[in-house]
Amino acid sequence: MHIVVCLKQVFSTPQVRINPETNAVIREGGEWIINPFDEHALETALALKDTVGAKVTVITAGSQQAEAVLREALARGADAAVLLSDAAFEGSDAWATAKILAAGIQKVGAVDLIVCGKQTMDGDTAQVGPAVAEFLGWPCVTYVRKLAVEGTTLKLERLFEDGFEKVEVVLPAVLTVGKEINTPRMASLKGRMAAKKAQIAPVNAAALGLAPESVGRAGSPTRIVKMATPPKKTGGIKIDGSDAAAAAKTVVEKLRELKLV
Amino acid sequence: MAINYGLSEQQIEIRNIMREFALERVAPARQELDEKEEFPHALLQELGGMDMMGLYIPAEYEGFGGGSLDFCIGIEELSRICIGVSVSYAANALGSYPILLFGSDEQKKKYMPAIAKGKKYAAFGLTEANAGSDAGGIQTTAVLKGDKYILNGTKQWITNGGEADTYTIIAMTDKNKGARGASAFIVEKGMPGFSFGKKEKKLGIRASATRELVFQDCEVPKENLLSREGMGFIVAMKTLDTSRPGIGAQGVGLAQGALDEAVNYARTREQFGKPIIANQGLQWLLADMATKTEAARALLYAAARTIDSGEKDVSKVSAMCKLFSTDVAMEVTTDAVQVLGGYGYMREYPVEKMMRDAKILQIYEGTNQIQRGVIGAALIKEYASQKK
Repeated sequence: MHIVVCLKQVFSTPQVRINPETNAVIREGGEWIINPFDEHALETALALKDTVGAKVTVITAGSQQAEAVLREALARGADAAVLLSDAAFEGSDAWATAKILAAGIQKVGAVDLIVCGKQTMDGDTAQVGPAVAEFLGWPCVTYVRKLAVEGTTLKLERLFEDGFEKVEVVLPAVLTVGKEINTPRMASLKGRMAAKKAQIAPVNAAALGLAPESVGRAGSPTRIVKMATPPKKTGGIKIDGSDAAAAAKTVVEKLRELKLV
Repeated sequence: MAINYGLSEQQIEIRNIMREFALERVAPARQELDEKEEFPHALLQELGGMDMMGLYIPAEYEGFGGGSLDFCIGIEELSRICIGVSVSYAANALGSYPILLFGSDEQKKKYMPAIAKGKKYAAFGLTEANAGSDAGGIQTTAVLKGDKYILNGTKQWITNGGEADTYTIIAMTDKNKGARGASAFIVEKGMPGFSFGKKEKKLGIRASATRELVFQDCEVPKENLLSREGMGFIVAMKTLDTSRPGIGAQGVGLAQGALDEAVNYARTREQFGKPIIANQGLQWLLADMATKTEAARALLYAAARTIDSGEKDVSKVSAMCKLFSTDVAMEVTTDAVQVLGGYGYMREYPVEKMMRDAKILQIYEGTNQIQRGVIGAALIKEYASQKK
């Protein structure tokens, strides 16, 4: 089985703040990491490699700096890494990013399974995985929390807020996974030492056969009009609860005032 | 700026990996492991998958092929978070060194790969009720009968006892010869006549397993003798010379961990309207803690590098780094509790455990009085051989 895992490098800060003048995220006191859900996608693939045998290729679209997440994935046990990098990719939205990734995956060769994190911690759209599936014309199963392989069929469980769903899908397919599916492993020493030396040649738009205007800002239907920090929540009304009957009376009065009851 | 020790790329990577592991996996688990006195099986298994269990084992026996400094850096980082876990980790090396240093190629091929992968654990059995520092007082006997040695006796306070599969045991093959009548054996869990006694309740390092090994007409195949009869005492001494820097590394890591806690607390704790670190009295205490810790690290790395250089007689340097680092660990952890005051005494903060844990470092693998004895004996030898 050949599995491709899509990774995104994200910026992690204890608290995300936005510069009101530039509308850009303030990058101070944080670090660049693998998108946490993508770590679970990688572990899903590596676990399949351990149990049923698979080649695992990791892929990312980003600047040269994004190479770090590919090296970390190699250190944990991925077999090959692909960096899709081109100035023309800058400003890509979920749609254009999926288009780039799908083109990159088609260049990788015969692939049976694609695993993505269910969403990123920065964009939070949860669209890229399903959109990659659309571009490839493959079925997609999102929010996977459990997986079993039976030949070319995957038996899956999808997790929702109010329960779960059992689903089967025939390969090739795209999955998006949540953090419930596994515990990501840590890199091995031999893996780290080998990953340092790995050659990762960037693949550009031309090599993928993508016209520059079909990707990046130009090829993205989404327009960011404004970025802002959400207004702080106001304190609300606190009612002294030491006298329950009186408190209940006050609550009902307030609700009546607001015409909610 | 930290001191530049000129570490290799590999050593820096070992430090990074162990630091990440200690912070992500050990830190959230240490308090519960300590309170439940639970052996850190899952953590050691994971370290096996990360090539860390075989760090000190040569590549031909499926280890990573690292040297003493590589291994010490690994132990140091793990110890920064929990020495209950790091002793369970490092005791595998203590149990393995007799095989690595004195075993035949066949013995190494048979036992080392499983230990290197973390599939099996190792333990070293020297101490007995009446033979601690005085290894010459060993009462466990081994008598050759046909193609088997028959072992009788009880080993006490054996780290990884019960958890390990491979035990290197020192027993007397000729009681009349004293220390020269001791021999070393590889004993496997499950060999007839080999059982485990009580698990000890300890002041600190509670995640580690400390247990009695009981031999009642235990049958050990003749080929499990290490080196030859009468070499047991030398096997034990060379093993301890090699392993002692590991205890030094525990001391350095533990002291560093306590310093981390103390400085971070002092920066954020406010009294009289300012962080307590603004008080000169506290700064001087922290400065001494930091300086001692760094001095211990410098001595440890120098000793480990001496071992890695292939130097034959390392008793003195190995004893010096064990002695100094572990005395520093006791002082620094005690001072860290003082810096945290009442909070430091509470189990909610990690420094009370660090202080409890530190005490064993001055005791095991040779008390610090014994280390001073080793250093003293080396001085006598060195100066006697100097030409006037």
